[in-house]
This record gives sequence, structure tokens and C-alpha cells, in this order.
Amino acid sequence: MTDLEPLIELQQVSAGYDGVEALSEVDLAIYPGDYLAIIGPNGGGKTTLLKVLLGLLEPSRGVVTSRLPHGRGRMGYVPQFSTLESQIPLRVEEVALMGRLSLRGLWRRYRQEDREAAQAALAAVRLDHLAKRSAGELSGGQLQRLLLARALAGEPEALLLDEPMASLDAESRQVVRGLLQEVRERMPIVLVTHDPAAVAREVRNIACMNRRLSYHAGGELTSEALEETYGCPVELLAHGVPHRVLGAHSHRHGDGSHSHSHGDGEEPHD
Amino acid sequence: MTEAWQLLWDPLLRPALFAAVLSSLLCGALGTFVVLRRLTFLSGGLSHAAFGGLGLCHLLGLPPQLGGLATTALAAVLLGPLGQEKARERDALIGVLWAVGMAAGVLFLHLAPGYPPDLEAYLFGNLLLVGSQDLWLLTTCCAVSLLLLSALYKEWVAATFDETFAAVQGVPIRRLSTLLLLMVGAAVVLLLPVVGLLLVLALLTLPPLIGLKVCRDLRTVLLSSIALGLVMTLGGLFISLWADLPPGPCIILLGAGMLGGASLGKTLVR
Repeated sequence: MTDLEPLIELQQVSAGYDGVEALSEVDLAIYPGDYLAIIGPNGGGKTTLLKVLLGLLEPSRGVVTSRLPHGRGRMGYVPQFSTLESQIPLRVEEVALMGRLSLRGLWRRYRQEDREAAQAALAAVRLDHLAKRSAGELSGGQLQRLLLARALAGEPEALLLDEPMASLDAESRQVVRGLLQEVRERMPIVLVTHDPAAVAREVRNIACMNRRLSYHAGGELTSEALEETYGCPVELLAHGVPHRVLGAHSHRHGDGSHSHSHGDGEEPHD
Repeated sequence: MTEAWQLLWDPLLRPALFAAVLSSLLCGALGTFVVLRRLTFLSGGLSHAAFGGLGLCHLLGLPPQLGGLATTALAAVLLGPLGQEKARERDALIGVLWAVGMAAGVLFLHLAPGYPPDLEAYLFGNLLLVGSQDLWLLTTCCAVSLLLLSALYKEWVAATFDETFAAVQGVPIRRLSTLLLLMVGAAVVLLLPVVGLLLVLALLTLPPLIGLKVCRDLRTVLLSSIALGLVMTLGGLFISLWADLPPGPCIILLGAGMLGGASLGKTLVR
């Protein structure tokens, strides 16, 4: 175990909408240097978990502690491109500039340094040549890269991504993957996905969010099976209760020091 | 034809022209965000709620604008904070607001002693009879709105493109929504005697819709919405003088024709 303090910590956090719990009694700690994938089926509470981490949703129970130097306003959030309205007439560079909002604050205009940071972030995702284009003209993969650039333009202290690899073309997949490998040195990364195969090779650890257990028709999933699928040692730390989807498993330590990420969820089986 | 043209520039019509310019400015700028943020129906609800307030003040012998401003402000404060999660509730409440506002307005006007004011005047206003007080109020509203829109431009844009990301960046989404509704409410109330209920809605929606069809950049959409509003109002006014028809319907139908033309043109270009 590491003696570092977690940057963000959820303790026994439950949250949801209109009294329906999408997340219950979740424990999760995100440490510097983390690269965590949270996998689980659609509707399994992954997005709710992201919203709690981002501070957009108050938990109904439990405690969220943030030790990020500048609070949670400096978290880089990368939504799924398909959830956005891409028809809004904005230039690519204007979208990237939005990453600088929290640095500038209300009533103030963007400065030259903001434009430079946005431009650098666009270069990092290889979109700098399209800076003047309308964001609506980008392909899905390019738009996803733009959203990553937008988050990075704000020099975030942690990066949270929602399905970053979903329906990306090969080029974009490669760019995103390479960039994440690069920035993991500077900030912890948390991503949620329903498709662990897309990210499993790089991530340091994986937590499972199991909600709608009826999706799992095919019996029990074992850590060994997942390990085989991903071709690397993975940690399985979350359990669906009362329906255990993950079989009994020992906590493996990928590189010996990262057994701290812990997701825990329970929801009655429907 | 030339007669109508000369009449349009007659000094007697100058206040009407000035009002047309102000309406186009106000509605073009606000309307772009109303359309992009899908607040058209809500704006419709606000304008009908205003009608209730106007009626009440008419009955009590108070300046009608006061009642209109109070009701729209109340409605904006109540409905503004209801975000995406409460979309269904908000949607239904708008319908309620719409019907109740109109019903109350009609009832109050009926109860008021003396000749009831012409209902059609509230639907289409009377651009040709605009008073100097109306113009002053409108100018103030216009200046304040444009100032707020430009001072918080980057926040409006971010909130419009991606509410979640903007919220993570510390943009006060709820307060911005309420502020936009307050501005729309004030604009609607002050425009009621000038262009009427229906024309306000037409000016808020038609020019930005056309602008969004032909422009790729938000700034150009804003500017072209204002310009298109001008073409619509002045063109409609000209047609009404030329054909001796009521101005309100002429302006709206001209705008609708322009939208049809833009859609057709866009399809043909493709």
C-alpha cells in the first residue's frame, strides 16, 4: 500500500436522481499517478459516479473528499462526443478555449496565453490544422480528440473521461491512447467505459461497477477470465451485491503498489 | 410602390422604424441563445404569463408593464433553475404557465371597468403607434441585455455548447439560465405594446433559425440574426404600407418566407 494521500476520495457514497439510487455505498480513492478504468454495463451508474467525482451531483449519503490543489474546478472532464450537440456553430479553437474557463473566471475575456494553451492542446491531439474549422464539420473521432484537447488546455490536475474510445476511428484511437499514456505522468486519469477491451492494455487498474445485473446472462465472470481477455493483470475490486457477477478473486497488484482503487457498488437486482 | 417607400421614411413613422431596429437588435441577440438553448417554448410561456400580469395591473390601474415584468421575473426565477434533469416537469409547467397566464389576462381585462383594450393589440402590438416612453424603456432593456450578453459571452457560449463541462469549469449554469430568462421576460414585456405577443416569438425564433442555417460561426449568427430581424420588420412594414395590410402578420409571414427560402437555398446548394 502506498502512504500517499488520495487526491479524491469517496467514502460510502450513494447518489442518484429523484430518490432512485444509481450508486450506492461506493468507496473509491484516486491517487496521484493513477490510471483507473471503471468498467460496467450501460446504466450501471458509471456516469453518476463521474458526476459525483466532478462535484456536479451531491451524494445522498457518504463523503467526498477532494485534495486537489485547486479544488474540483481544475478537473479535466472529457465527455463522450456523441452526447454533445455538434451542430452549434463554433470554431474548433473556440471549443478548445473553453478548457480555460475556470482559469479566467466570470466576466473576464480570454487572454493571449489562453489562446496559446488552446492551440498547444489542439496540436497535441493533431487538430491544430483544423483550428479555424467549424466544430460541426469534424468527424466523430476528431470531435472526441477536440474534447480531450479542451480538457487538457486547462492544465487539469486530474483527467476524467467518459467512454473515450467509443466509436472512434483507428487514427483517433491511436492519438487518444498515445496522449493518455503521455499525460498520465502528470495527472491521474479515471475513465469509465462499458468496453474494457478498448483500454485494458494501458490502464493500471480496473474497477467494475455492476448495476443492472440482468445484462449478465452468461454466468459468472472470473478475474482469471478478464485477465485473459485483457492480456494483462487486472484488479477486480468492485462487486455487485446481492448478485455477485465477479467470481471470487484475490487482489492482484499490477506493479506492486496500486491496490488502492476501490469501487464498490450494490443495487437490488431488477 | 414608391408611395409606400416614401411613407416608410416619413418622419411620422420614425418612432416605428426606431422600434423596429431595437426589436431586431434585442430579439436577434437574445433569440440566438433562446433557440440554441431550446428555450423557445419557455419564452412563449413567459410571454403569455406576462399577459396575466399586464391584465392584473390594467384592472388595478397600475402601469401594465410593471405587472408584466413582475410575472415574467417570477416565472423566470421559478423555471430557470429547473435543468435538464427536470426537463419533463419544466415542459409541463410551461404549458400551465402559458394557459393560466392567458386566462388570467383575459379575465382581468374583462373585469376592468370601461372599454376593454383590443386583444388584437396584444397579439400583434402596434408598431405604428409606439410612444416615446416605450422607446426609452426598450432602449434601456436593449443596452443592458447586450452588455450582459457580451460581458458573459464566453460563459453563454460554453453553457450552450456543453452544460456539463461548463459547470465543471465553475460556470454558474443555473444562474445564467435564470438571467437569460429574466432578459427574455423583460424584452417580451417591453416589446408587447410595440410588436405584440406573436411578433415577439417570431422575432426571437425566425432570424436566429435562418442565421443558423447560413452561418458557421456564432458571432456571424448573432449579427445576421439582428440584420435578418431588421429586414423582416422593415420589409414587413413596407409590405403592410404598400398593400394596406396590418403590419404584424406581414412581418411574421415575411420572416417565415425568408426561413423557407433559406432552407430551400441550403438544400439546393447541397
